[in-house]
Amino acid sequence: MIDAILFYMFAGAALGSALVVVGQRNPLYSAFALILNLCSLSAIYGLLGSPFIAVLQVVVYAGAIMVLFLFVLMLLNVKRESQEEGSWRALAGTAFALAVLLVFQVGTVLLHWHHPAPPDFDASTRKMAEILFSPRFLYVFEATSILILAALVGAVALAKKDP
Amino acid sequence: MVPLLWWQALLGDTAKVFVIFNINMLTFVHMTWLERRVLAFMQFRLGPNRTGPLGFFQPYADAIKLFFKEETMPAEANRKAFVAAPLISVAAAFMAIAVIPYGPPFTLFGRQWQLQVADLGVGVLFIFAITALGVYGVVVAGWSANNKFTLLGSLRSSAQMFSYELALGLSWVGIIMLAGSFKIGDIVQHQAGWLVHWNIVRQPLAFLVYFVAATAEVARIPFDLPEGETELVAGFHTEYSSMSFGLMQIAEYINMITVSVLATDLFLGGWYSGLPFLPSHGLLGFVWFGAKVFFVLFVFVWLRGTLPRFRYDQLMDFGWKVLIPLAVLNIMVTAVMVTVFGS
Amino acid sequence: MPPGPAFLNYAVLLSLGLFAIGALGVFLRRNVITVFMCVELMLNAVNLAFVTFSRAFGTLDGQVLVFFVMVVAAAEAAVGLAIVIAIHRHRDTLDVDAFNLMKW
Repeated sequence: MIDAILFYMFAGAALGSALVVVGQRNPLYSAFALILNLCSLSAIYGLLGSPFIAVLQVVVYAGAIMVLFLFVLMLLNVKRESQEEGSWRALAGTAFALAVLLVFQVGTVLLHWHHPAPPDFDASTRKMAEILFSPRFLYVFEATSILILAALVGAVALAKKDP
Repeated sequence: MVPLLWWQALLGDTAKVFVIFNINMLTFVHMTWLERRVLAFMQFRLGPNRTGPLGFFQPYADAIKLFFKEETMPAEANRKAFVAAPLISVAAAFMAIAVIPYGPPFTLFGRQWQLQVADLGVGVLFIFAITALGVYGVVVAGWSANNKFTLLGSLRSSAQMFSYELALGLSWVGIIMLAGSFKIGDIVQHQAGWLVHWNIVRQPLAFLVYFVAATAEVARIPFDLPEGETELVAGFHTEYSSMSFGLMQIAEYINMITVSVLATDLFLGGWYSGLPFLPSHGLLGFVWFGAKVFFVLFVFVWLRGTLPRFRYDQLMDFGWKVLIPLAVLNIMVTAVMVTVFGS
Repeated sequence: MPPGPAFLNYAVLLSLGLFAIGALGVFLRRNVITVFMCVELMLNAVNLAFVTFSRAFGTLDGQVLVFFVMVVAAAEAAVGLAIVIAIHRHRDTLDVDAFNLMKW
């Protein structure tokens, strides 16, 4: 019961902050709202019984990626977005209507999804490690480490100033 | 064991939180006094000795003075962020305390208690996550004051924090492998028995890496470039005064205390005395625990009185090019030993 | 304790809602970094869906996939922001409409 209340609270926070991310003119406030969003999602992961993913979400997303975003925003000193032209309003209206339509259509399908009673499962780190390092995902795991290395080198190479 | 009613459990947990919070706050208050006295003696002077016996009430006098100071805010500062930044720092500092056991399990009123708010299955990772969030207090503080110096100071400080966070996390992996669990209670249990079972003896390199990374993480000397008084004015908390500044000081000292308690729990055997003929169950364990935490805090103050400050590029070089490879080396060696010899 | 009966449905609905909001942001915003943040929002929505389904069916595959999605998102964020820095240096603006050299 208390789980449901907590879930609605965090879901509300996630939705609200997502709206702020999209609606706010100043990109810095969008970034702060996104951090809030990521932390509420982390709480929801915890409620869904995945403590490892919850902690990982904070460490990787909210703790590292968003810090990178904030650094770039603060060092590039981005200002508020300027006011858009008139034709933008019609475009925005259509986009908004289509988004609402998407949510309605897929939402009605999802609400009627009758899932079997969820089994009580153990999502501890030990189990996660057993699967991650099993032959099924080991290759992917090693490939992602090479991907991160490539991203690291690429990011440094791209952002370097030409002397 | 009679199962608890929901309100009894709630009351018990609230009492635990209250006790742990007060332990931390009292330690923080007296740490400020202790630091000033010890530093003074190391520098061949006396330190505060007027307010009360041996200057013991100096922190209380400081707090009262801080309350009466004017709370300033720069003209063009972002009001909400300016006010929120110390709150984020303090919140992150206190949240990390939730998973650390502050002493041995003891029996009281016929029940088993332990001074640990939440025994998470991912205990140590939770601390890592909260430390990652603590960076935001610094970033927002520096940015919101609308001052180029504070912005640069906060970016430097946060870069330092998350660089050393990596080394911090990696230093824990070795002892997690040995103990086989992320729970801090399990890691302490693993160190029961003789002195040689302590993780500082089994993983000396990890302890070194941890200690250096922790000093950098809480921005103590020799890594206190972000807030050194002679660098960049006062770094990211230049524009803060009165209780906002007080809050940031609280956050910093609580971080230091947390890091010391973690060092005790993870490396120095927690509440175990290291010699099986000296009992350490029940309330006696608190004695050993307190002594060890006090010793680690003293070493922090000692470092402050002894070492000069690192330059920023030396600091970043050291974090990335020395500490992280050392920590990874430690992990590799530990992994080989665990595979060959068992845990 | 397994979650209540409608809990998981609402979680997937939340994931859908976040995805739609993110998609709206990608189409409507003009600052490159904000567009990037909305893409991250969509990735998180998908992560939530993965975790919910993993919970519903009791397997851990969904969570392992979430792990990989997070890793890839981190790599992409690093490279993407490096690109943003590079183009800002070039054009001194972060308006998406300004980068239309390859338009026909």
